[in-house]
Amino acid sequence: MSSHISAELEAEGRPGGTDPRTRSLSRDAWEDLRHRPLFLVSAVLIGIFLLMAAFPSLFTSTDPRACDLALSRQAPSREAWFGYSSLGCDVYANTIYGARASIVVGLATTILVSVLGSALGTLAGFYGGKADTVLSRTADIFFGIPFFLGALLVLTTFPSTPDTPAWQTIGKVVATLVILGWPQFLRLMRSSVLQVRGADYVEAARALGASNGRLMRRHVVPNSLSAVIAVATISLGSFIVAEATLSFLGIGLQPPVISWGEQISSAVPYVRIAPHMLFFPALFLSVCVLSFMMLGDAVKDALDPKLR
Amino acid sequence: MTAPSATDPPLLEIRDLQVEFRTREGIAKAVNGATYTLHAGQTLAVLGESGSGKSVTAQALMGILDSPPGFVTGGEVLYRGRDLLKMGEDERRKLRGESLGMVFQDALSSLNPVFPVGWQIAELFRVHRGMGKKDAMTEAVQALERVRIPAARDRIGDYPHQFSGGMRQRVMIAMAIALHPDVLIADEPTTALDVTVQAQILELLADLQREENMGVILITHDLGVVAEVADTVAVMYAGRIVEQASITEMFASPGHPYTLGLMESIPTLETQAGELRAIKGLPPSLVDLPPGCSFAPRCRFAFDRCHVEVPPEVSLGPGRTSRCFIAQEVHDGRR
Repeated sequence: MSSHISAELEAEGRPGGTDPRTRSLSRDAWEDLRHRPLFLVSAVLIGIFLLMAAFPSLFTSTDPRACDLALSRQAPSREAWFGYSSLGCDVYANTIYGARASIVVGLATTILVSVLGSALGTLAGFYGGKADTVLSRTADIFFGIPFFLGALLVLTTFPSTPDTPAWQTIGKVVATLVILGWPQFLRLMRSSVLQVRGADYVEAARALGASNGRLMRRHVVPNSLSAVIAVATISLGSFIVAEATLSFLGIGLQPPVISWGEQISSAVPYVRIAPHMLFFPALFLSVCVLSFMMLGDAVKDALDPKLR
Repeated sequence: MTAPSATDPPLLEIRDLQVEFRTREGIAKAVNGATYTLHAGQTLAVLGESGSGKSVTAQALMGILDSPPGFVTGGEVLYRGRDLLKMGEDERRKLRGESLGMVFQDALSSLNPVFPVGWQIAELFRVHRGMGKKDAMTEAVQALERVRIPAARDRIGDYPHQFSGGMRQRVMIAMAIALHPDVLIADEPTTALDVTVQAQILELLADLQREENMGVILITHDLGVVAEVADTVAVMYAGRIVEQASITEMFASPGHPYTLGLMESIPTLETQAGELRAIKGLPPSLVDLPPGCSFAPRCRFAFDRCHVEVPPEVSLGPGRTSRCFIAQEVHDGRR
């Protein structure tokens, strides 16, 4: 309410007032987010992770692939803050470089899954009938595939070798996660759309001449999207976890791609004698996932105009 | 509130409209031959209880019937002589908002909660008039000023939930009349409001109608609202218009037993202490309508013929019709 009052004061101060204030949901959500500690903390952390993913050399000058077997499994020291891995590679440099694969997989999967899932979910929910039956049953089929079985099937059918270019290795993991992940978003979007479709304001907009396309774009989707956005931000974390899990099992990302999952996987046999090898990549993974989940929570609240 | 002259071609004419809902329980005949006429500058009240088909008729004429399950199965809706039911969807859509406006009962749920009201009104100008953002926003301010929202310029950035109930209904009306339609359908526009605000909204509607010379269809179950603003009344019962009359005639001498029952159920100063005189029984199920007059099971004048034959429309003078075998007798008070 205070923002309303200050905005009014501002409007009064404007001579003539020929420029009516334009407000939008996204701008208001942003105004709201700026004052949430949860958002600020997670945004700063995510900012650091993004920077790490884009420019790892800002954080370390050590080459993650320059390994010396003589240094194998050495504990953290002043030269190597996070110690060395069993192959004698610098764990700090590897952890920093590992952010890229995780973030790329997480972001790409989330974007593809939520765009694909909510587009199809909107169509299914809005038109209903045959379109809904076809789309929903197809989603059910994909939904029925057990996650690891499906991922194993896809990734062992199209295996990556050390010669596979990095983008292909990452692409395969993303594709696997998208294939197995989109039905969740279709269902989520479909159920929100079903709720919104019958709303009075949709009927009112129809009565004032809005076309189906406009009804979906302006009325149905904006009012159904908050659930998808919230779940998407939270899922981003789970996709990073899923990627790490697949890499841990040796079927996801694998060398030459540096990833947290792969690092954790190779550290497990030595967890009792060299816990630092496991601890640091796992810590980064957890903090990264946590930041995205906190962001999701903050965004969800900010997108609900009624909480303002 | 000018009396419609007989020579004017009607703005809107509904002829023998039939609407049914195909449900699992069977076919519900929501509208069974509704017929009414609307002239420019006239307020027609469609009076009826819940489920009488008054809203469905309006939805069918607007073309916003939920289909399935709702289907228009017969009749004509003539707007300036053109049958809306025979038009293509695109052509019809262009008429909505532009020529036919509609106001709904609950303004809070009828406004999109995620956009400021100014944006929602401006959207109409952008879509229908192809205006730029700035011009559209200026028009939106003017639309809010037309419905007398104080400090309209400062309020266009507010969301629907930041308005009071009465102000919200004004916003809804502003949207409906933004493009200057010549037919405005108000579906129970004051039902969700308290009495003092109701009066203000009705007054606003009457003012706007005069300014714009609109034809207004006011759908209501409230006899008080009808008395206040309507010129003519169409009384609906179980999907049929059972009586049409001017407002004064209807109150003076109802021509259908159902209307008579409604009039008698209004508490007067004398009856206030006693019990309300309600019409006994319940409206018939629309899935299983009685073969004769739908009102016959509740009618105290009903005789054998009423239960087997649907009474035809009989004229009770210019612009007055009733669907009752003994309409004249009821009208004259001989029953």
